[in-house]
Amino acid sequence: MEKTLEKILDDYISNEGNIITVLQDIEKAFGYIPEEAVFWFSKKVDIPASRFFGAATFYSQFHLKPRGKNVITVCRGTACHVKGSERLINRLLIELDIPPEDDTTADHKFTVEKVNCIGACGIAPVTLVNHEVHGKITLDKLIKEIKKLKTSE
Amino acid sequence: MKKDIVIKICSGTGGVASGGEGVLSAFKNAISSSGMEAAFHKRCSAQKVGCRGFCSKDVLVDIIIDGEKTTYKHIKQDMVDRIFNEHIMMGNPVTEWTVEEEYHTFHNKQTKVVLSHCGEIDPEDINAYIAVGGYEAARKAVTSMDPREIVEIVKNSNLRGRGGAGFPTGLKWELGLRIKSDVKYVICNGDEGDPGAFMDRSVMEGDPHSVIEGMIICAKATESHNGYIYVRAEYPLAVRRLQMAIDQCYEKGFLGKNIFGTGLDFDLKIFQGAGAFVCGEATALMRSIEGKRGMPSPKLWRSAEKGLWDRPTVLNNVETFANIPRIILNGADWYKNLGTERSGGTKVFSLSGKVKNTGLIEVPLGVSLREIIYDIGGGIEGGKTFKALQTGGPSGGCIPAEFLDTEVDYESLAQAGSIMGSGGMVVLDETSCMVNTAKFFLEFTQAESCGKCTPCRIGTKRMLEILERITSGKGKEGDIELLEELGRYIRLTSLCGLGMTAPNPVLSTIRYFRNEYEAHIRDKKCPAAVCKDLITYSVLEDICTGCGACKRACPADAVRGTRKSPHRIDPDLCIKCGTCFDACKFKAITKS
Repeated sequence: MEKTLEKILDDYISNEGNIITVLQDIEKAFGYIPEEAVFWFSKKVDIPASRFFGAATFYSQFHLKPRGKNVITVCRGTACHVKGSERLINRLLIELDIPPEDDTTADHKFTVEKVNCIGACGIAPVTLVNHEVHGKITLDKLIKEIKKLKTSE
Repeated sequence: MKKDIVIKICSGTGGVASGGEGVLSAFKNAISSSGMEAAFHKRCSAQKVGCRGFCSKDVLVDIIIDGEKTTYKHIKQDMVDRIFNEHIMMGNPVTEWTVEEEYHTFHNKQTKVVLSHCGEIDPEDINAYIAVGGYEAARKAVTSMDPREIVEIVKNSNLRGRGGAGFPTGLKWELGLRIKSDVKYVICNGDEGDPGAFMDRSVMEGDPHSVIEGMIICAKATESHNGYIYVRAEYPLAVRRLQMAIDQCYEKGFLGKNIFGTGLDFDLKIFQGAGAFVCGEATALMRSIEGKRGMPSPKLWRSAEKGLWDRPTVLNNVETFANIPRIILNGADWYKNLGTERSGGTKVFSLSGKVKNTGLIEVPLGVSLREIIYDIGGGIEGGKTFKALQTGGPSGGCIPAEFLDTEVDYESLAQAGSIMGSGGMVVLDETSCMVNTAKFFLEFTQAESCGKCTPCRIGTKRMLEILERITSGKGKEGDIELLEELGRYIRLTSLCGLGMTAPNPVLSTIRYFRNEYEAHIRDKKCPAAVCKDLITYSVLEDICTGCGACKRACPADAVRGTRKSPHRIDPDLCIKCGTCFDACKFKAITKS
């Protein structure tokens, strides 16, 4: 971990970064924001850890808990809502057996999350499976994608 | 055979999602394996182009042979060989795959200014942009125009901020020029957060250079040397293409030190947002670039005086900047005459929801909503009835059928109880519940409220609770009046635009669809059969064939019955997910 953080620190110094760019780099490297990473950084640059956590909890791109290996992002924009994305997400949670109030399966294989709008409203409802955009999605198609991911391991 | 052949493949987010990259490489393979390159003297090329608006027909492919264009729709990788052999080699278009009349009516009624290059040129190639007159406006402005002259043209064009508020762009620039400072900033707001809006994404992906060119002109007009483009994290393709465009500009000397050899310096950087709707608000956006929590601050002074790092800052929307090069080249009068008396030019809208032709459209300000929905949009999907048009996203409202002949501009939409906003238009039909729609938007604003001021933080929460109560059948007499009262106070007392406009979806739906609220509260019924707690699913026994499809599909094992005899749904187990409704091929399941 330390090596990766050193690199992020170098970037921060040479590119005149700020808290948000640092958090973006950490999230990219680890898939979430580990608490230790924040404390390490906070010490190195002498900025209170609270400022990092303040930004990390403000922006939806940052996560303080590890996430599933596969991330399924259901778009919750207006067009997708009108075309039934709420039902899609409810069924997905049942299908993957994710407990209420949670977003990740117990084995950390899948995370189901919402996004406000990815701006592909012309092909709503839209879902991202590991950052790949799938338009005009149905539950059946999604379940097929999930099965594919499950068997590919 | 010396023919010019150009193959254009839509590669916006919609096109890529539908398999655009595969189609592009299939065409490239076809060209290279056919040995055509030599035969055509390298006159045959396949290129990616930006979004052309009609995303529901993706992947769209244009084949232009000697200027004659044929457009294909829904193209998949395995269809490429046939098109290549029959159309390109033999000259016979594959007519069963070409677009129909609706594609042409969709486009014919539009006036493309901002989108004129989208879908026509390769967005990743600066030379393609230069070939269609790109950077001429910037060159003209930087080399031969006085800042005051530029400001005058923009002022006279009647261009108003396309982010939604509609502040006259020329005035903003004038103020930016008047205030003296050695450090000034130009910021492009690409934090398109409104759900249901994707104009800016399409422009950034399909014609990134026009945004950069607009910013260069703004830098000259306001004597700024530093710029930022703030792009949402949710738009990775836009970020990639903008970065490519910026790098190409540095190579060509359009950005950096001494641009166009005039001694003017202008540096441009991308700042990627981190997912917060409120960052579309100017002051919050600037705090975000500074690396802080994106919370708005009271507007004690204009950003043109004190903006980013307390320096004078001119901040405009993506679409506003993309208009600028055309205005400089074609003149203020040309642009002004495109629109209405109060606002000049065209506006890009993203038309989506329950309309036949969904996609990106550009129309002159002043056209009627009816023309947009019925002529360009082709009417309502599935022969259903139009109920309302939602404009302006969570800050806007729902406009009912009686306003369909309203001319579109900032003031008239505000009069109808909505706002122009950034340009999202979502069509709702008879199957959409207006209370549920209002709740949807309030859920959004409530979650996205930054929490700094009380009316927005607590007020939206209380309003949402009331709406949840109403949609779950626990609404009380007086709830509608309470919503109106709360809405009024939140509107008056919130700190920033997010809070001030948050009650709009609720207030506008109460104004036009009060009876639906009353049906939920008094009769405990959802007229559109959307609100889960107010509907029950049941089987029509005389239609049910007992095929068992619903039984197999039900995730809660709530369907009972034996094969070939009518099934029934156990209301105690039913979770009202609607899966059986979709699974039944005989329409034997009803919602009521």
